[in-house]
Amino acid sequence: MITNPYLPQPAEIISITKETTTDYTFRLKTDIQPDFGQFVEVSIPKVGEAPISVSNAQPGWIELTIRRVGHLTNELHELKPGDLLFIRGPYGKGFPKEQYRDKSLIIAAGGTGLAPVRNLINYYYQHPGEVRQLSLLMGFKTPEDILFKEDIEKWRSKFQVLLTVDKESPGWSGHVGLITNFVKDAVGENSSASRVIIVGPPLMMKFTSQEFIKYNIPEENIWLSFERKMCCGIGKCGHCRINDTYVCLEGPVFPYITAKNLLD
Amino acid sequence: MAYILTHAEFDTVLQRLKQDYILIGPVRKKNKGKFSDADLITYGQIESLSDLETNGKSQFSAKETIFPPSQTLFYFTEDEYREPKFEPQKRIVFLRACDFNAIKRLDLLFLENGQFVDAYYKRLREKTHFFVFGCEKSYENCFCVSTGTNQCEGYDAFLNFKGEKINLFPSEPFKRYFAGYEENEDILPQFIERNHIQVDIPEGLSTKIYDHPYWDQYGKRCIGCGRCNFSCPTCTCFTMQDIFYRDNKNAGERRRVWASCQVDGFTDMAGGHSYRKQQGERMRFKVMHKIHDFAKRFNMHMCVGCGRCDDVCPEYISFSQCISGLKGVVAHDN
Ligand SMILES: Cc1cc2nc3c(=O)[nH]c(=O)nc-3n(C[C@H](O)[C@H](O)[C@H](O)COP(=O)(O)OP(=O)(O)OC[C@H]3O[C@@H](n4cnc5c(N)ncnc54)[C@H](O)[C@@H]3O)c2cc1C
Ligand code: SF4
Ligand code: SF4
Ligand code: FES
Repeated sequence: MITNPYLPQPAEIISITKETTTDYTFRLKTDIQPDFGQFVEVSIPKVGEAPISVSNAQPGWIELTIRRVGHLTNELHELKPGDLLFIRGPYGKGFPKEQYRDKSLIIAAGGTGLAPVRNLINYYYQHPGEVRQLSLLMGFKTPEDILFKEDIEKWRSKFQVLLTVDKESPGWSGHVGLITNFVKDAVGENSSASRVIIVGPPLMMKFTSQEFIKYNIPEENIWLSFERKMCCGIGKCGHCRINDTYVCLEGPVFPYITAKNLLD
Repeated sequence: MAYILTHAEFDTVLQRLKQDYILIGPVRKKNKGKFSDADLITYGQIESLSDLETNGKSQFSAKETIFPPSQTLFYFTEDEYREPKFEPQKRIVFLRACDFNAIKRLDLLFLENGQFVDAYYKRLREKTHFFVFGCEKSYENCFCVSTGTNQCEGYDAFLNFKGEKINLFPSEPFKRYFAGYEENEDILPQFIERNHIQVDIPEGLSTKIYDHPYWDQYGKRCIGCGRCNFSCPTCTCFTMQDIFYRDNKNAGERRRVWASCQVDGFTDMAGGHSYRKQQGERMRFKVMHKIHDFAKRFNMHMCVGCGRCDDVCPEYISFSQCISGLKGVVAHDN
């Protein structure tokens, strides 16, 4: 009997946290132990299947933070604790944690781009000695879009945290402006030895990379996480391919020096 | 080593084979072709040699016998995933050398790309044996000699139709079906050696070619219908589809269906992002895969030169002309 890689496993929803009006975090009971930055394929029978990053994980459970944008994600948002959904994975190559050991690390995340790096940030929160220093640069459209508010407050106690929203908003006294405006502050001295992770919408990643490079971060020290349409997650359906690279297999995390040659 | 049989004798062999295998091959359907008065040659089950259509190219390749256009992956009842209980019968598929070489490309993708084997593909593939028949002549738009896929090895049997006779080269395990006939020492399989069309796949292709104005002509002409992909023996892309049954909403299935990189929606993602919005960019994506990207990953070109993409394009876009033109562009730019 051949094992069927498309067969998902049922996972019970332990709890649901409403991060914003459109983003919910689902904690699922599962034995899956993902690497940082990997994703799973999530499905509801008769509705559909989609790739979703693991936004947090501990032995016995994983969390997925899912934005309501269409057919499947609408249905997912109707589910309640105790309901089942179906997952297979984990898939893809995540962040090369060893390359960040004892280094200064900057993580720049835009919007839902925070989900794929949250697990890594939480890991460093528990093992703060593993990197020399961690700076977080996070941007959201409005204060209402901010994800993981409790985590962010927690992270402030150990890391340098810079949280910004795109435009002035009533009741918001924090930073205002795009992430790119704050790259200079995040980089600081001795930038050439720092490691940088950038995750967000395509244009955000493009311009933020350029900005880090401008402030002397070598291209070799930057990593990005890609999003593409994916129908299988295992290198068969072809939707995620760029040149001779399958984003679901060789990514979603890529070194910048690889990513810059991935032209769609 | 060959058996030289008459059609009637080979029919006897086919009847023996039918005890153990179902036979699948190109068959002619009257008046179902691209133009209403033309016939369509398509893959179907055959009972005897007279069903097998070897004169003319099939519109679709033998690919569908192991990678069907629509395939059910799971049946759903409430919250249960049930794999289709199907034990495919052992089959023999009759096909041409280009299409047999295409199967190698499918194998690389479905069995070897990434760490997982595609179970659905493997299940059909394992039960499938290939009888390759030589082409007596080259058909319209064929350029298999240029891609080196006019020849093949590793088949379960090879056939050359020679007027009244057929030269047959079965592999060892299939020789027992030829019991009672005599083997001739001197004959070798004959492959087609010339096409009307020759192409020279350019060396030195790279991403540098991506924004060349060369692709703009296709932006104007291609209507993004996807026929080139669906008829291609080496295209493997698919999309997942979940459905529920109209008469019982609690039951349904998950299918995979053939997808085309030339058709809108191939790269669409939530939030309105998509890539390669222009048909010219999609053409570039397809062409680069067939004659560059696939080979970078798997060490052989994807395109097997069957010319079907040209046969079916409603806009008369020619893949072989595209490659030849590209050669000129690369030569000029380097
Ligand atoms: C590696 C990876 C990680 C991801 N991680 C996360 C995550 O952590 N959280 C998260 O919320 N999302 C994540 N996503 C995105 C997520 O997969 C999509 O949001 C999801 O597939 C949407 O599915 P849906 O059925 O709800 O939407 P769909 O109904 O498929 O459509 C959503 C929207 O996309 C567009 N669209 C999609 N398909 C078509 C089409 N065929 N034609 C026209 N328009 C179309 C439409 O604008 C539509 O409104 C990730 C994606 C990848 C590749
Ligand atoms: S690209 Fe065209 S010529 Fe090449 S294998 Fe596919 S259909 Fe045949
Ligand atoms: S068959 Fe012709 S018109 Fe249709 S997508 Fe292919 S190249 Fe474009
Ligand atoms: S998601 Fe199917 S090939 Fe990558």
